Amino acid sequence: MQTKTSINIDNQRILMGNEALGRGIVEAGVTLAASYPGTPASEILASAVTYAKETGAELYAEWSVNEKVAFEVALANSMCGRRSAVSMKQVGLNVASDPFMRAAYLGVKGGLVVVVADDPGPHSSQTEQDSRFFAMFAKVPVLDPSSPREAKDMVAQALELSERFELPVMVRPTTRVCHARQNVPCGTPVRLDRPAKFDKDPRRWCATPVFVLELHRGLNDKLDKIAGVPEFAPQLTAGDGSYPGACIIASGVAYAHTGDWLEELGLLGRVDFYQVTMPYPLNRDFIHTVQTRYDKILVIEETYPVIELQLADARVQGRTSGLVPRAGELTPDVIRPVLETFLELPARVVPAPPGGGDRPTLCAGCAHRAAFYGIKTAFPAGIFPSDIGCYTLGLNLGAVDTCHCMGAGISQAAGFYRAYAAGGGEFPTIVATIGDSTFFHAGVPALVNAVFHRARFILVILDNATTAMTGHQPTPQVGFTATGEHGHPVFIPDLVRACGAGFLREADPYDLPAFIDLLKSADAYCRSPEGGVAVVIAKHPCLLDKEACKAQPAYDMGITEDCTGCLQCLEDFECPALSLDETDGRVVIDEGRCVGCGVCVHVCPEGAITANTEGRP
Amino acid sequence: MKQQIIVSGLGGQGALTLTRLLAEAAAALGLPVITSETHGMAQRGGTVISMIKVGPFRGPLIPAGEADRGLFLHPKNLAVHRFYLRDGAAVFVNAALPGDYRSVDARSLAAAHGLPAVAANLILLGYAAGQGGVFAGPDLLVEMIAAKTPERFREASLRAFQAGLAAAA
Repeated sequence: MQTKTSINIDNQRILMGNEALGRGIVEAGVTLAASYPGTPASEILASAVTYAKETGAELYAEWSVNEKVAFEVALANSMCGRRSAVSMKQVGLNVASDPFMRAAYLGVKGGLVVVVADDPGPHSSQTEQDSRFFAMFAKVPVLDPSSPREAKDMVAQALELSERFELPVMVRPTTRVCHARQNVPCGTPVRLDRPAKFDKDPRRWCATPVFVLELHRGLNDKLDKIAGVPEFAPQLTAGDGSYPGACIIASGVAYAHTGDWLEELGLLGRVDFYQVTMPYPLNRDFIHTVQTRYDKILVIEETYPVIELQLADARVQGRTSGLVPRAGELTPDVIRPVLETFLELPARVVPAPPGGGDRPTLCAGCAHRAAFYGIKTAFPAGIFPSDIGCYTLGLNLGAVDTCHCMGAGISQAAGFYRAYAAGGGEFPTIVATIGDSTFFHAGVPALVNAVFHRARFILVILDNATTAMTGHQPTPQVGFTATGEHGHPVFIPDLVRACGAGFLREADPYDLPAFIDLLKSADAYCRSPEGGVAVVIAKHPCLLDKEACKAQPAYDMGITEDCTGCLQCLEDFECPALSLDETDGRVVIDEGRCVGCGVCVHVCPEGAITANTEGRP
Repeated sequence: MKQQIIVSGLGGQGALTLTRLLAEAAAALGLPVITSETHGMAQRGGTVISMIKVGPFRGPLIPAGEADRGLFLHPKNLAVHRFYLRDGAAVFVNAALPGDYRSVDARSLAAAHGLPAVAANLILLGYAAGQGGVFAGPDLLVEMIAAKTPERFREASLRAFQAGLAAAA
């Protein structure tokens, strides 16, 4: 609970939570780290790579093709007695849930830390699920840091606990820890020098059901012991008796925000205040203490009632009782009125957030915009299942109708086809879109399934040669690994052909008229007697790659007096470099944002947008 | 010493750069610091906010009505994020038009100095620092920019900061 008023900067660095986690992984002697990028967890692996290089620590790191694969690669390194780390966002654990659940039963040898970043709010996710709940479901211990500094420390603690009990251990930061930045002490990595040593033990590593029951009993025994480990018992900042019989219990960043309020209110040290660092399994003595010593109990945790459920006490006020909102992030502004009610304080009057602000949009010159505009133009009455990435923003253009989870767009396209084809009548053109990285992650099985079952739809793979949304991690096609070495590239066209697709074309969507023609011929294939899934690879690099941006022609764009202010270019194309000049009712080009891609020339019905092919002066 | 600062902008305007520089400056002064940033999809041109809390704080978020300083990279963000500021907070805005705040036309200044539009962020910081608006003085911030900016942007970043500083005089 101590916060210092000044710091010794000698061994401290300003680290983002994810950098602190990466640093913690390296300092704790992890030899293998695997991950798949996803906000808010994306920066962890790259940070580990950076710090391993800087300190000379031994570390194999990979951007795995998905989270399940990442988990299994790390698990096997751990089975060889070596420390391992796997990191992902919370919905990534859904993908990795299969190996995760069984790993609890079979256990590990070298420490295995599973860093799963939750996103209360959510800010950048399809759910605000609580991975601590997943840990409880899997019977895996979980640590809940309240700051970047704690997150770094907890990596080492998790690995020690993991080795002591031969169990994977989860560290669960949230967005406000991952993307907080703080002064963090840094140390020297430990060198464990443990050569790989896999001890064959079929009863454990390939446990058949007859052995699983015994392993489950053993897991329960481990958890009983862990619930008694004093280092992970909740930390008490004791009150002075001003609030007899009352206590506040908090974890994660909600603990930090609650502590800041108590200090500002002069109540720190006046009411009993616990930080739960290990929400599962909740310390046994702590549960007893809460149940016997207090009659007024407040629990503040994100995002589901994990501590509350283990306290199993009807007197608890929190998410279940409704005193704490049942959904959403626990920001200081949400926590404050909860404290006011619980501690019977006068209400603080604050301005309400007005809301509003600009929605995100595809970048100027983004080839996804051209592809979506082409799809919408070719098939105005189409159905457009899509997927997870920058290109989800195609919904602004009316060319994304669904966004569910990684790879779902392809399977949903097959399902939409089945639904409409069931009556034997006309079916609409269905165009699924998926990014290159997402296709590798979960698109391949969906495509095999759709081709085999003769679904009829167009699949547009938006290949921008990177994982753009999360910070430009390489894909297997790009050919570079997480450590910058040459991998053996795997090419998307080869994969598509191997999946059995009978129609495959590649095109640059910048050439909009040709791209629209191609989509129409793809549709004709889908509807032909022997037709099925038609695959179009829309290939153009992400322009956030500055080299790619420089390598393409930059036209000098202009708007002529023929502009009627019809707004088609703003509403249907939504390029951030175009806006309406209110004074003369015409569209203007923002030279600072325009990259001169020239695609909008094809969009204006009046031909009022011009591209000087001489290029920019 | 406690100071809570918000930096409000649109994705791509360089709010994260200002956040990091201010955090490094706090550490260089031996002050504890914790910040909060916007990552992910909102960075694609959406409204973003960073928070910098200097002093003995635990959590990274600033409550409504508690921020001491506001740096706004776009004037339209005032309507969205002004509620974070306390009464009497100093507000610095990259804006062509004056208002009930201290404004600097950072975009025009950038163009006048042959700097890219994104340099408006450091012009705004220079302007705020020149007006005594942040916990760190101009000299320290210059030192931080020189030390923490990748070499290919360093010279332009320093010029942008100096342009803002000059505008504050």
